[in-house]
Amino acid sequence: MTEQVFNNLTNCGPVSVYVKDGEIVRVRPMVVDEKDLKPWVIEAGEHRFSPPKKFALAPFVHGERRRIHSEERIQYPMKRVDFDPNGERNPQNRGKSGYERISWDEALDIVSGEIKRVKETYGGSAISGMTSSHHNWGIVGYKMGPFARFMNMLEFTPVLDNPDSWEGWHWGATHTYGFFWRLGMPEQYDLLEDTLKNAEMIVLWSNDPDTTRGTYSGQESALWRQWVKEKGIKTVFIDPFHNYTAGFMDGKWIAPRMGTDAAMAMAIAYVWITENTYDKEYIENRTIGFDEFKKYVLGETDGQPKTPEWAGEECGVKPRIIRALAREWASKRTVLSGGSRGGEGGACRQAYGTEWARMMVLLQAMQGLGKPGISIWGTTMGAPSETDTWVPGYGHLKGRVATTDLAGYLPINPTKQRLWRLTLPDAILNPPVSWYGEGFCGQSLEQQFKYFEYPMEGYSEVRLFYRYGGSFMGTMSDTSKWVRMYQSPKLEFVVNQDCWYNSETNMADIILPACTNFERNDFGEWAAVGGYTEHGSSGCNYRVVVYQQKCLEPLWESKSDYQIFALIADRLGMKEQFTDGKTEEDWIKAFFHGSDLPKHISWEDFVRKGYHIINVNEDYKPTPSLRWFYEGRECDTPDLQNPKRKTEKAGELGTYSGKIEFSSESLKAHFPDDEERPVSPRYIPSWEGHRTEGLVEKYPFQLLSPHPRFSFHCHYDKHTDWLDDIPIHRIKKDGYAWWPARLHPDDAAAKGIRNGDIIRLYNDRGSVLCIAVVTERVRPGIIHCYASSAKYDPLTPGKDDAVDMGGCINILTPSRMVSRNVPGMTPNSCLIDIEKWEG
Amino acid sequence: MTRLGMLIDIDRCNGCYNCFLACRDEHYKNDYPPFSAAQPVSGQYWMQVREVERGSYPKPKLSYIPIPCMQCSEAPCIPASKNGAVYRSENGIVIIDPEKAKGQKDIVKACPYRVIFWNEEKRIGQKCTFCAHHLEKGEKEPRCVEACPTGALIFGDLDDPESDIAKISASRKTEALHPEYDTNPTVRYIDLPKRFVAGEVVLKDKQDECARGVRVVLEGEGLRLETATDAFGDFEFDGLARNASYRVAVEYDGYAPQQIDIFTQKDVNLKEIFLEPR
Repeated sequence: MTEQVFNNLTNCGPVSVYVKDGEIVRVRPMVVDEKDLKPWVIEAGEHRFSPPKKFALAPFVHGERRRIHSEERIQYPMKRVDFDPNGERNPQNRGKSGYERISWDEALDIVSGEIKRVKETYGGSAISGMTSSHHNWGIVGYKMGPFARFMNMLEFTPVLDNPDSWEGWHWGATHTYGFFWRLGMPEQYDLLEDTLKNAEMIVLWSNDPDTTRGTYSGQESALWRQWVKEKGIKTVFIDPFHNYTAGFMDGKWIAPRMGTDAAMAMAIAYVWITENTYDKEYIENRTIGFDEFKKYVLGETDGQPKTPEWAGEECGVKPRIIRALAREWASKRTVLSGGSRGGEGGACRQAYGTEWARMMVLLQAMQGLGKPGISIWGTTMGAPSETDTWVPGYGHLKGRVATTDLAGYLPINPTKQRLWRLTLPDAILNPPVSWYGEGFCGQSLEQQFKYFEYPMEGYSEVRLFYRYGGSFMGTMSDTSKWVRMYQSPKLEFVVNQDCWYNSETNMADIILPACTNFERNDFGEWAAVGGYTEHGSSGCNYRVVVYQQKCLEPLWESKSDYQIFALIADRLGMKEQFTDGKTEEDWIKAFFHGSDLPKHISWEDFVRKGYHIINVNEDYKPTPSLRWFYEGRECDTPDLQNPKRKTEKAGELGTYSGKIEFSSESLKAHFPDDEERPVSPRYIPSWEGHRTEGLVEKYPFQLLSPHPRFSFHCHYDKHTDWLDDIPIHRIKKDGYAWWPARLHPDDAAAKGIRNGDIIRLYNDRGSVLCIAVVTERVRPGIIHCYASSAKYDPLTPGKDDAVDMGGCINILTPSRMVSRNVPGMTPNSCLIDIEKWEG
Repeated sequence: MTRLGMLIDIDRCNGCYNCFLACRDEHYKNDYPPFSAAQPVSGQYWMQVREVERGSYPKPKLSYIPIPCMQCSEAPCIPASKNGAVYRSENGIVIIDPEKAKGQKDIVKACPYRVIFWNEEKRIGQKCTFCAHHLEKGEKEPRCVEACPTGALIFGDLDDPESDIAKISASRKTEALHPEYDTNPTVRYIDLPKRFVAGEVVLKDKQDECARGVRVVLEGEGLRLETATDAFGDFEFDGLARNASYRVAVEYDGYAPQQIDIFTQKDVNLKEIFLEPR
């Protein structure tokens, strides 16, 4: 058979997929007609910057065919050998026992039978379920679609997600400058052009955009940072690890101790206040509460001026360096890059991480946030981008099979009970649990103050857990508790549906094989999540909408998620309600016609061509982020979700006062006495940091576990063997691909560890084996080890205290939350010790 | 004549390994006769990415050197082969004929760059072909170049004065990786990592301030470079020769000057240099 070529889309870029005899033989950046691409131009001084006519994928996408054809795919429906729904269930053996292949009919009978039994016995709230994110792309099949629609029909107990990558910005920065509709990250419109034209320096604080990219936009922005270099814009990196972007940009590296970033930020404010180098007019007109903040910084409230000398003691950075940084920052038009999307960054995923994130906003406020060249920009979004043409993303209610008004019938879930992802194991094992915050609080600031308790009166505890995918062993915190949860007899039935075997898959009773988005049709726009990340496609040089073509028949016995849920719904007598009478293709067509695309291209041409490029208009007029606020105008950016936009309050931010709040009105109103997230931000030493007495003597190293460079969270790791030949990702030794842990030569020498040794990283929570990489690129006392290993490989399977060979470093990170009223994760507040592993 | 070459700009490489992965994707399980036989699933790196960490804490540097077949003008693999198994194609690409090269391990041994990989199963040496099969179909560049996000890999006809590669080669200083191998590679580099010396100048009596604007002069090996410390009191000289002796002089009005002799067996971090007030 001859080669056929199909278009598809991944979580990191559009691809052309070459197929021969039922096998993918090649995956390239999508090949398009060059005439369809009209590159924009940014003129900055003598420079003229314009993107090439091609798409820059994330590295792992080039290994996609190994992932799709991986032996790690779930090939058939499987049943745990010692699970009998009509007899002994043996939940204690989850994670330990093997599996046997069963037929789809048997699997569907068991799953639908258990759903029916549990629902009739306990009610729909006894069913819970959750998915992982980002394993595929395309809005028809995405988790917000079939999974959510089906679960709503069952009236299940949803699990609220914590904002795992940007905790401090979500729970802290929002109370400083609003942007709750972006979950705490600032708008990024046209900041590429603004930076190239106006900025003189970028401070990348806890930010490694060459590693985390723009989340979904592949490596499109790597070239922009090359332009920043060419323009001669200076860079400073504040990070305990000399990260990959620091290597590329060759900027100044400042390596504070972990957990002390807010102290350094306070000292910068101190220098500006005492040297009179901040924008008083802006403070006067665009902010409130500065006086209270100033008193704290100058030490008038606690007797401790926040001098560079004071901060230097905390941070382990010479005071003169902090002072020089503050002076440079104030004397140059400086962009603050506090995470790959403006916000994010490991510094916000730790004890009191809210305080650092709030300080990032406030420091820029002191320099006039919104002035030309003075912004909060992650360097990964904010290219010129057409925003008139609306295309649904999975973040839009209209872009989800579960909630779109394009459906004739919408199942509404009446269950009010909720679970919190981070405490789900605690909720099963030791209820009750309680917390403040309604998951991703994108509708209002008040959502953060909503109190939840599980179990909720009038509802059942969870008995059936429907897990989609799952690698929380590698991504959540203190994750051995997930093993304990799965082995609880309280969970009478666990099903796991996924394309691949992941760390939680073999903790299920029944495993169902799903197919990838390369084995079915779908519809999507590159990087366009929509909703809380409106206009995410500005992280790409072009807007690319793809009719995602099925390239292969579903491999082995896998089926699309939509089909699997339709089959189960059929057995429950709910097929029509689930499908709304539509096939997957009908949904694609409905979404296409629900978008603005028909103004530009017919359905037939779209299907035939397989893609549509939305170019920037010739009369494009940039509207840089927050320039309107600085200039005292109404918001002129196309930030659709900004609730004040196009109202009489359009000149305001999303805070209570409408201004930047050095003292937060929303915190004052709801938690006025919270000493852990005070009304005005403070530096609060970590509860698991360099000064934590009783712990630091036993576990002297701080563990730094950022998002990984060569996988997307867990995705692509373990299932794409080519990545094991990239020594930054995994290193092969004695036939095993180990997860690297990086440490300073002095620490290695003190522990008798040499480069390439297998080492045990441990604390009271567990042990993980890694391969030592001895490097000058980490601060002494810090162990750098990426989060998100997909490989959970316990030496003693089924035991929660097993030593893991796979590299799931989050086994070691704490369960404790950011602070009393902030239920965020804190992986970067983690003390450990290390030793050479003798086997 | 067409003489296809590659110019690799180290300063533009962010070490993403796209080139390595795109290469493997193009060649794994895919035979492209008569240019190449399929790559195995692991163990071969037709486009290898070498990480180079230089210097020491807290002033390290990080670079990546992408290393394909150098497409040498005087390729030692050609005379090492029998039956014309290795030859130069009309457009200048060195090709190992996967049929004729069977059993000829000498081809692998002949390459000083170690970029020819022995395939034990097929009994042949294998390497980068600039995606000759791909170019033959009218594609403009190899897969690694297509995949590069920053334009670090520049590909084209060196004999076409209008090509990007010819223009950039004319305007920038280019060099071979390991010129001492004496094979005249067609793949050349811009800004290959050299030795560097870095340090921070501190005024002994003003240690709470960074010493900006201090004059630092480096001399040796017929070179004289001058710089001034930046806002952080830092200075550096990059692009120095290996295993060479230099003298670094630090001078600031009102302070006793210092001279430090260095030897660049490795990169030199002078750390804090304290100047005493006169």
